[in-house]
Amino acid sequence: MRLDQRLIAEMIEPGTRVLDIGSGDGTLIDHLFRLRGCDARGIEIDMREVTRSVAHGLPVVHGDADHDLAHYPDGGFDYVVLQRTLQAVERPREVLRQMLRIGRHAIVSFPNFGHWQLRLMLLFSGRMPMTSVWHTPWYETPNIHPCTIRDFLTLCQEEGYCVQQWMAVDEDGERAPWRRSIRLANLFGEQALFLLGRKEDCEPEKPARRRK
Amino acid sequence: MNSTAPLDVGDHPHITFPQGLDLECGVHLAPIDVAYRTYGTLSEKRDNAIMVCHAFTADQYVAETHPLTGKPGWWTRMVGPGLPIDTNRFFVICTNVLGGCMGSTGPRSVRSDEKGDGVERWGTDFPPITIRDMVRAQYMLVRHLGIERLFAVVGGSMGGMQVLEWAVTYPHMMLAAMPIATSPFHSAQNIAFNEVGRQSIFADPDWYGGRYWEHGVVPARGLAVARMMAHITYLSEEALTRKFGRRVRKDPSNAEAPEASLSMFSDIFEVESYLRYQGSAFVRRFDANSYLTITRAMDWFDLAAEHDGELPAAFAGTPVRFCVVSFTSDWLFPTSSARYLVRALNQAAANVSFVEIDTDKGHDSFLLDEPDFDRTVRGFLCGVAEHAGLR
Repeated sequence: MRLDQRLIAEMIEPGTRVLDIGSGDGTLIDHLFRLRGCDARGIEIDMREVTRSVAHGLPVVHGDADHDLAHYPDGGFDYVVLQRTLQAVERPREVLRQMLRIGRHAIVSFPNFGHWQLRLMLLFSGRMPMTSVWHTPWYETPNIHPCTIRDFLTLCQEEGYCVQQWMAVDEDGERAPWRRSIRLANLFGEQALFLLGRKEDCEPEKPARRRK
Repeated sequence: MNSTAPLDVGDHPHITFPQGLDLECGVHLAPIDVAYRTYGTLSEKRDNAIMVCHAFTADQYVAETHPLTGKPGWWTRMVGPGLPIDTNRFFVICTNVLGGCMGSTGPRSVRSDEKGDGVERWGTDFPPITIRDMVRAQYMLVRHLGIERLFAVVGGSMGGMQVLEWAVTYPHMMLAAMPIATSPFHSAQNIAFNEVGRQSIFADPDWYGGRYWEHGVVPARGLAVARMMAHITYLSEEALTRKFGRRVRKDPSNAEAPEASLSMFSDIFEVESYLRYQGSAFVRRFDANSYLTITRAMDWFDLAAEHDGELPAAFAGTPVRFCVVSFTSDWLFPTSSARYLVRALNQAAANVSFVEIDTDKGHDSFLLDEPDFDRTVRGFLCGVAEHAGLR
C-alpha cells in the first residue's frame, strides 16, 4: 500500500462506511475492510482495474467521479475518498459538493502545483513544468484542473467546508513536516491531503460530535 | 389420436406441489410441478446453496448431458468441480421455469379438472405467468429443500431477470445476487423482437390456434423462424462476421462446380445454413406454446412498475450484495440498461459491484469462453463468502 494511502486509512474511523472514488486496484478498500472493519466500496474508471478488484471479491463499480456520484443518496457514507484525482475531473467543485453530500467527510489528495520546482521551471524555462509528479506533456495530460494547496483552501472557504485535518505529503506519500505554515507547505509539499467536513461540523457553538 | 405424440419430452425429475400457486394474474394454478436438478452437496448448515436461473430457452440441465438432445449442459464451463461456481463447495440448484416445457408445469402440461383427473393439455389456455411467478415456484422448492437462505442467485438474460426478481421479492432469503446480461425491465425493442417471434408461430398453419397436438404436428416452421430471428439478437455483428463472413456454401458432391447446385433461395450463405440448423434443432426440444408464454412473461417484466417507475424504491434497504455484469457487444441487453440498474442500486445504497466485460461475442457471451467473466464470478462469490464469514 502506498504511504499516502496509509495516511488516508488512518484518518478513517473503524467500522464506518467508505466510498473510494478511483479505487484503482482496490488496495485501500481491501485494507479498510480487512483491518478496520469498514464497509468500503469503490468506483473505478479503468475497466481492467474493476475486473481485477471484483475478481478479488471487492465491491467495485465501473464509473467515474463526474458522472456517477449524483446517483448516490445523501449521507450514504461516512467518508468519501478521492485520491490523486481531483485535478483530473471535469468539474472539481461539483465533485467536492457531491462528495460532501454523499459523505459526512471527504478525504481528498492531489498533487500540489505550487511546489517550488514547478514554480522555478515555469519561471526560468517559460515552459510547462515537467517533474516526476507532473510527468505528462500538456497536450496529453489528463490533469486538466491543477491547483495549489492555497487554491484548494480558498475553494474550501468559498464553499464553506470545514477543514478538519490537512497535511503536505512528499512524492513517496510520506508525511511532510510543513504543518504550521500553509505557505511553506504550498512551496515544499509535493502533494496535499485534506480531511473535510460539512459546514455545520465547524461551527464553534456546536463542537463536532464524534460519531460512532 | 395419441395426443401426447408430438414433442413428448419424457419424464424429468420434479417435485409436485399439490397446493399450487396463486399466480399474479389472479389464477390459482394447482397442482404445479417444478422440475429441477442439483449439483454438489448441501452443507450441514444448509448455507451453501446457489440458485442458478436459466435463460429463456435453456432449462434445468446446467452441468450434465441433456437427456433429450444429448448435448452438454448449457453452463458446463461455469458450474462444476473446481469451476467458478464450484460444486465442490456450493450446492447448485436449477429449476425449469414455470411455463417451460422440460418438466415444470407449462402449456404442454395436462390440466386437471375439479376431481383432479387429467383432462387435456393447457395449450393457449395456460394462464399468463410472470417472472415473479417463476421465482415464487423456485422459492417453494428452496423451502421444500429445507434451505432458509440461499448463498446466491445467479443467472443471465431472462435468468438475470429472475435474479433481480428474487432480490426484490425475497431479499432476506439470499446473500448475493448476480444478474448477468440483463435489464430491470424489458425494453420496447425487446418486446418488438418477441412479437415478431410470436407472429411467426401464429402464421404457421400447423399452429392450429395453439392446439397443434390434436393434429399430431407442431408449428415447426413458425417456431424455427422465431428461433432464427431471436438467435441473431443473441450474437453481435462482429461475431457473425468472424464466424461466417460472406462465405458461400459449397456442394462437396459436385467438385467441378461446387456452387452450381445451389438454387436462388436455398441456403447459399453459410450464415443462413447456420441459422436454419439452429431453427430446426430448436423445434425438437421446445414447445411453441411455452415460447409464447415465456416471451410474454419477459415482456411484462418491469421491476419499477410497482413503485411508480422509481426503480431504486424496489431495492430500498436491500441487504443483498449485487454483482452486475454486462458485455460490450451485447445489443439485446446493452450496458446502458446494466448501468441504469447499477445507478438505481447505488441510489438505494446497496452493496454493488459492476463489471462490463470487453468482448465481441454479443449477448450470448455469458455462455461462452470469457476468462475475465469467469474470474469475476469466482471472485465475487469468494468475496461474498468471506464477508459472510463462511469458510
